[in-house]
Amino acid sequence: MEFFVTLIQVLDSTIRLATPLLLACLAGLYSERAGIFDIGLEGKMLMAAFFSAAVAAVTGSVWLGLLAGIGSSLILSALHGVASITFRGNQLISGVAINFLASGLTVLIAQSWFKQGGRTPSLFGGGRFEPIEFPFAEALSGVPIIGPIYSELLSGHSILVYVAFLMVPLTWWVLFRTRFGLRLRAVGENPAAVDTAGVSVVGLRFAAVAICGVLCGIAGAYLATALQAGFVKEMTAGRGFIALAALIFAKWRPWHAMWACLLFGLLQAIALRFQNIDLGGVVIPVQVMDALPYILTVVILAGFVGKAIPPRAGGEPYVKER
Amino acid sequence: MDKMPKWADVVLIPLISLLLATILSALVILAIGENPIEAVNLMVTGALGSTYGWGYTLYYATNFMFTGLAVAVAFHARLFNIGGEGQAMLGGLGVAMVCLYIPWPHWSIALLGAGLAAALFGAAWAAIPAYLQAKRGSHIVITTIMFNFIAAAFLNYMLVNVMRPQGSQDPATTRFPEAVHLPTFQSMFSTAENVVFRGAPANISFFVAVLACVVVWALIWRTRLGYEIRAYGHSETGAVYAGISPVRITIVAMLISGALAGLMATNNVMGEAERLVLNSTEGAGFIGIAVALMGRSHPFGVFLAAILFGFLYQGGAELALWTSIPRELIVVIQALVILFTGALDNMVRMPLEKLFLSLRKGAE
Repeated sequence: MEFFVTLIQVLDSTIRLATPLLLACLAGLYSERAGIFDIGLEGKMLMAAFFSAAVAAVTGSVWLGLLAGIGSSLILSALHGVASITFRGNQLISGVAINFLASGLTVLIAQSWFKQGGRTPSLFGGGRFEPIEFPFAEALSGVPIIGPIYSELLSGHSILVYVAFLMVPLTWWVLFRTRFGLRLRAVGENPAAVDTAGVSVVGLRFAAVAICGVLCGIAGAYLATALQAGFVKEMTAGRGFIALAALIFAKWRPWHAMWACLLFGLLQAIALRFQNIDLGGVVIPVQVMDALPYILTVVILAGFVGKAIPPRAGGEPYVKER
Repeated sequence: MDKMPKWADVVLIPLISLLLATILSALVILAIGENPIEAVNLMVTGALGSTYGWGYTLYYATNFMFTGLAVAVAFHARLFNIGGEGQAMLGGLGVAMVCLYIPWPHWSIALLGAGLAAALFGAAWAAIPAYLQAKRGSHIVITTIMFNFIAAAFLNYMLVNVMRPQGSQDPATTRFPEAVHLPTFQSMFSTAENVVFRGAPANISFFVAVLACVVVWALIWRTRLGYEIRAYGHSETGAVYAGISPVRITIVAMLISGALAGLMATNNVMGEAERLVLNSTEGAGFIGIAVALMGRSHPFGVFLAAILFGFLYQGGAELALWTSIPRELIVVIQALVILFTGALDNMVRMPLEKLFLSLRKGAE
């Protein structure tokens, strides 16, 4: 029974930790499916985390915070779009620049506004996303097995967690069942064909980059206003890159992205809870857990366990023929 | 015919990009309620106003020369090595092992041994991404990013579980023995009555970095291998027709790149800290990207850009000390430099090309 309680707790924290990964991963999915590589997920999340916490702290409203987070992330997205679509610059270099920009600007502005060493004041009350209790969660918690699963695991998360997981079927539907999705995927594989069909490549790519910005914004806001209570320096802690790893792991498919993010979330949850794991004499150090998402991604990229093939036109600026 | 003269490409475009980055940085300083002119004054006196300031500026510049060269060599083969950070971390591990476990008689031999170990460890860390890119087509940018994180976890493990001395809480190795301490600028240039560079970390590895710039220049423009690397970078299909093996060039270029990044450890680990600590690289691997872009991947450009960034780092530290502007201002400036010289290059280039074309038409 004690094992079961621990299991539920670990899975519960898996869901919390997987949520920002999932949002960022789906953000990257839209962008990369449209042929725009985005290694600036980390920076956009960080920027959104800061602005959501800052606005929530000042106004006391977490919803205004969420809007500010999405807005700031969209501005960075626009920068990425201008650099990589309009001026046909190197998408990877643009992503690197965006990461540094966010890393520097957040601390700079935080210090200038709040003077607390690069952090925002702690959020409380309406400044945070509160957990949502499902109906009858309290009453059912006594029921064996089903009770804890319903009341602990599924119920009691903030609304953004449910939004993130609902985004998975929505993304699948948009990408594979709508005209917009078909065009978006086509523009990442063969932009010339899309252009010939009379659809704007530039427009589609900007749309994809904008969706990416919105989702990164939600991810950042979740970090600062739901998972934690306020912004601290470098709080994304490489999550943008783990999301990128998950995206490759999932081979750019929405449902697989969810499972990849849950797996990487589970690794984080285990590392948080157990530190070094003793498996009957063999000790797995906590650093292995930290490095595992990256190692798994390299293995997948190497193509030893099924090959990860990115969208064909990914990373290449589109030049109209004259 | 070229669209514009060479000097415009090599000098004018980087200068305009730098100017744009400077203007935006000044606006950022204004926006947080500080005076940009005063800030520049503080930075200049702090970084260049004394031999002490220069000692720090050149110390940082040494790091950036190594990592900048690393990125530049890879750029010539049209490979984007973001893994300089991880390769430099591993270089530090190599230096620490060599310095701690081998009894060196004199620092000069130790520097050779440590340099060799640093280059080997750095190259080894670049080897797997290089192999995967060359043989399996795994995108080198993603694999080198992943290897940065794996390196950080690995170094953390080595320092916490293996190399930490007994009874110490600090995840760091013991101090290196006296015999491997490198001569600092203070001991090299001070006379009995006039002490210069007092307490500054600049050391003899600065000259190793300058030498590395010369060697890389000779390698890229004066050897067959360098020619092959450049040919491959210009056109893969063209290189294949000329009998150049893409697999070989990819791997060799990345090994050289990794070795250069690893060599940075002779400066920060052996020359300055004299022990291996967590996060000893302090992001220098990433600054190499900005330095290489700014220096147009030419060793002399890298040399100048590294000194510029050394100045920014030391000046930024002084700013943080005397004003309420945090050190992160430098990260913002670095981002703007990468943005304008790298990603938004065409924004400056396209109008300039048009301008030169119309000037030429007017002259005819």
